[in-house]
Amino acid sequence: MKKWRCLVCDYIYDEAKGWPEEGIAAGTLWADVPAAWSCPDCGASKADFELIDS
Amino acid sequence: MTTDTLPAPVVWKDSKRYLWPLGALVLTLPLIGTFAYQATGWAAMLWIGFFIFYGLIPLADKLLGEDNANPPDTAMSALASDSYYRWALFASIPVYLAVWVYMIWFATTVEMPWYGWLGCAMTLGIGCGLAINIGHELGHQTSPLERMLAKFVLAPGGYGHFYTEHNRGHHIRVATPEDPATSRFGETFYEFFPRCIIGSFKSAWQIEAKRLEREGKSVWHYSNDNLQTWAMTLVLWTAITVWLGWTALAMVVVAAVYGGSLLEVVNYLEHYGLKRQPRADGGFERCQPHHSWNSNHVVTNVLLYHLQRHSDHHANPTRGYQTLRNFEDVPRLPSGYAAMVLIAYFPPIWFRLMDPKVVEHFKGDMSKANIKPGVRDKVIAQYSAATAA
Repeated sequence: MKKWRCLVCDYIYDEAKGWPEEGIAAGTLWADVPAAWSCPDCGASKADFELIDS
Repeated sequence: MTTDTLPAPVVWKDSKRYLWPLGALVLTLPLIGTFAYQATGWAAMLWIGFFIFYGLIPLADKLLGEDNANPPDTAMSALASDSYYRWALFASIPVYLAVWVYMIWFATTVEMPWYGWLGCAMTLGIGCGLAINIGHELGHQTSPLERMLAKFVLAPGGYGHFYTEHNRGHHIRVATPEDPATSRFGETFYEFFPRCIIGSFKSAWQIEAKRLEREGKSVWHYSNDNLQTWAMTLVLWTAITVWLGWTALAMVVVAAVYGGSLLEVVNYLEHYGLKRQPRADGGFERCQPHHSWNSNHVVTNVLLYHLQRHSDHHANPTRGYQTLRNFEDVPRLPSGYAAMVLIAYFPPIWFRLMDPKVVEHFKGDMSKANIKPGVRDKVIAQYSAATAA
């Protein structure tokens, strides 16, 4: 399971946790998150996320 | 009917394309004031920034009105990647820096009465305020060049904390009671300004401290964005003081405080009273278009790089200025920011104009509004009684 960070505001999408609030189940891989999904904190687009090492 | 009778596909043209360089051009207007002073000896000429910002621009907004047009979706991607718009924005940076130096030099070396000097400082402050807006646009981009230039353009006005706080503070907490840069129903600009400035500085410091801690670095590490921009300010302000003396420093400080107040008075009107509703888990609903006040007034929109299409900006913060869209059915200000700023300075007029708009937006249910804590219960009771009656 990987984590992706929003370049704009530092929100972290954790594949292990998903974002059930908006129907993205725990365990959803980043690749399977809809392209139209955007950062829940600041609204930046999916393309504005980067993979976090470790 | 044959195909050649069909109309040719309409090629969309950006009607504002050649207007955007005005954002850079307007920064040179203080020079006209200095030339006019030297030609006539009237120190009032040095207040040119005031006349333009509080007089000419609101008037031009009134006369030229609104522009609701949006680019068609098919034109969006080409519009976003057209480097002309990038350069139109970049052009404002050298202009601003040159005018900043020139105005300080002029006010400290040319003989003038004290009120002429103050006019120069205040006119320069309007430039600083506009420059924070330029730094705002640059700071939202993800490319390293834009991000570096954002820090640089915030430095002369001493507003470097904005680089950090705006994206990683304000954009997350906007339209919630937790955001220092969101004004509350019943709060005057004079209450909002100190709360916003102190809260924003604290927030900027904490955001970077947290990031650096996560990266295993000291808060004093050179990669601290706050320290970087403050160091640029320190170098610039020290250099200008060494060159032109203490009156130059005094002028820089007056311009910085006034320029900052302009940015914050704009913040004051962007989300007044609006609130995202809390979720069950203690967070807030996503920021949506109805959480910002908008204006389509064309003059202020060009000079502020579409800042007034604020709903789209918060919904899509990395979207470039040229592609920001007007949304229907969003909270709308009665005029452009320049006129609204003037109104915000006079709280009784502001409340009389804006409070009914907030109440109308929430259809009288003010329990959904972001209200100044001391008057919250009273406001909710007052309007629920009025709606029931």
